[in-house]
Amino acid sequence: MSPRGTEESPVAKWVLIAIALAFSFVFLLLPLVNVFAQALAYGWAHYWQSLVKPDSLAAIRLTLLLAAVTVPLNVLFGLAAAWAIAKFDFTGKPILITLIDLPFSVSPVVAGLMLVVLFGLQGFFGQWLDAHNLKIIFAVPGIVLATIFVTFPFVARELIPVMQATGTEQEEAALTLGANGWQTFWHVTLPSVKWGLIYGIILCNARAMGEFGAVSVVSGHIAGQTETMPLRVEALYQGATEGSAAAAFAVASLLALLALLTLGIKTFLEWRQARTQKLIVGRVDS
Amino acid sequence: MARPQFRVLPGFGLTMGVTLCYLSAIVLIPFAALVVRTLELSWGDFWRLATTDRALAAYRLTFGASLVAAVANAVFGTLLAWVLVRYDFPGRRFIDAMVDFPFALPTAVAGLTLANLFAANGWLGQYLVPLGIKGAFTPLGVVIALTFVGLPFVVRTLQPVLQNLEPEVEEAAATLGAGRLRTFVAVIAPSLLPAVLTGFALAFARAIGEYGSIVFISGNLPFKTEIAPYLIVMRLEEYDYTGAIALAVVLLVFSFLLLGVINLLEHWSSRFQH
Repeated sequence: MSPRGTEESPVAKWVLIAIALAFSFVFLLLPLVNVFAQALAYGWAHYWQSLVKPDSLAAIRLTLLLAAVTVPLNVLFGLAAAWAIAKFDFTGKPILITLIDLPFSVSPVVAGLMLVVLFGLQGFFGQWLDAHNLKIIFAVPGIVLATIFVTFPFVARELIPVMQATGTEQEEAALTLGANGWQTFWHVTLPSVKWGLIYGIILCNARAMGEFGAVSVVSGHIAGQTETMPLRVEALYQGATEGSAAAAFAVASLLALLALLTLGIKTFLEWRQARTQKLIVGRVDS
Repeated sequence: MARPQFRVLPGFGLTMGVTLCYLSAIVLIPFAALVVRTLELSWGDFWRLATTDRALAAYRLTFGASLVAAVANAVFGTLLAWVLVRYDFPGRRFIDAMVDFPFALPTAVAGLTLANLFAANGWLGQYLVPLGIKGAFTPLGVVIALTFVGLPFVVRTLQPVLQNLEPEVEEAAATLGAGRLRTFVAVIAPSLLPAVLTGFALAFARAIGEYGSIVFISGNLPFKTEIAPYLIVMRLEEYDYTGAIALAVVLLVFSFLLLGVINLLEHWSSRFQH
């Protein structure tokens, strides 16, 4: 027992730290380092060649396209939903929030299945789409819809609490001073939720680029056409040729870099927010 | 929907309209499609499709491995949260930031690297496989992948609770003669319990639906290492839509039950904090 009685003995303390370090090492650090080690197992030349193969480049392009479509749509929706939910009172608000969170509690595979039931050949619109020569399932539109589904809540659920916390007084003041609705939104609301919005965007982007299950169900896995980067990783991993595992890790290493970048920005935003709060508390105290 | 009252801020109609349209197009209509197709099945057909021997084996693995992984997350997550909040040691901030790594890393990459680490020639497998611990292509692999994926939940739920614990309570217990262990068990642990259970339930719920990380590491052998989401994909590849739908409904019902439990737990733990 320590002298103060509110601390563990040094032995207990360092045993706990050692277990935590060992666990973090095996489950966090090793998997990360292993991605890059395996990607470079055949050297830099092989690494580079794996990335510039036409099918891999096509996968990278498709993944970037997915993010470019998904993120702006979810931002627009997130801003609209947060404005309606945070600034107004209406009955059924808890139900609406639950529905917005719904995609988080649906297995990605089931999300893909829902789209197949809707747009697949035996689905509700299957015959009609086929007659008009439109393809959604096993084509890019299906992949886009699946990605939007799984990333749907990210921006909205970050924005709603931030907008609720800022209240409506500032907007009301701007309107009283003669600003119109859009001016108020651009110059008052948007700056005050800027950091929450960026937070939501990076999380949404990471998931959009990395989604596997939902996209896998609707993709059809056509190399060069409907393969995203995570699907390309799987295809290369299953390819039994010499060095194809290293090629899988090469594509995976780009996704791991994206994850590290996302973590970096996230950590910076959280550090910034903690500092701002400290400053505010300090000002109130003094 | 809106209460009749005077509003200063404009834009309710527009933003609510956009929200409801987008929500319907992306989430509600696909959801309704699945529900309608399910209701077209007779109860007998549904039961037969949802409870084939292969499906039962897949549920056992999915729920069993998810439960084991969630327990591992509860134990190690609590330890990790405690160490990160209470102690200062080299690398603390780095590990704190890395806790979210499983959230940020695409699941396919997680599965790929974990399968490689625990394979017979992998960095960990070369030591573990001779000891009889096979992490790749076994149910243990499923547990490993799910533990990785669920790691952040307990830590992130528990950290704010630990930070807000009032030191006076522990000091009082110590003054009254309680040893450190007794203080932890009798004073600290009860106030952590709701948050640990919430994190446990979140990790469990996430694990049940998980697909990407597992397909790489489990080997997907029917009756042995095949999880329920993988069986849904198999049914779809056979164009057996109804078979896939029956399995999906079982998973969905379970997810929603867990969601209800999580909401209750969060309600309980927020009461605890005030």
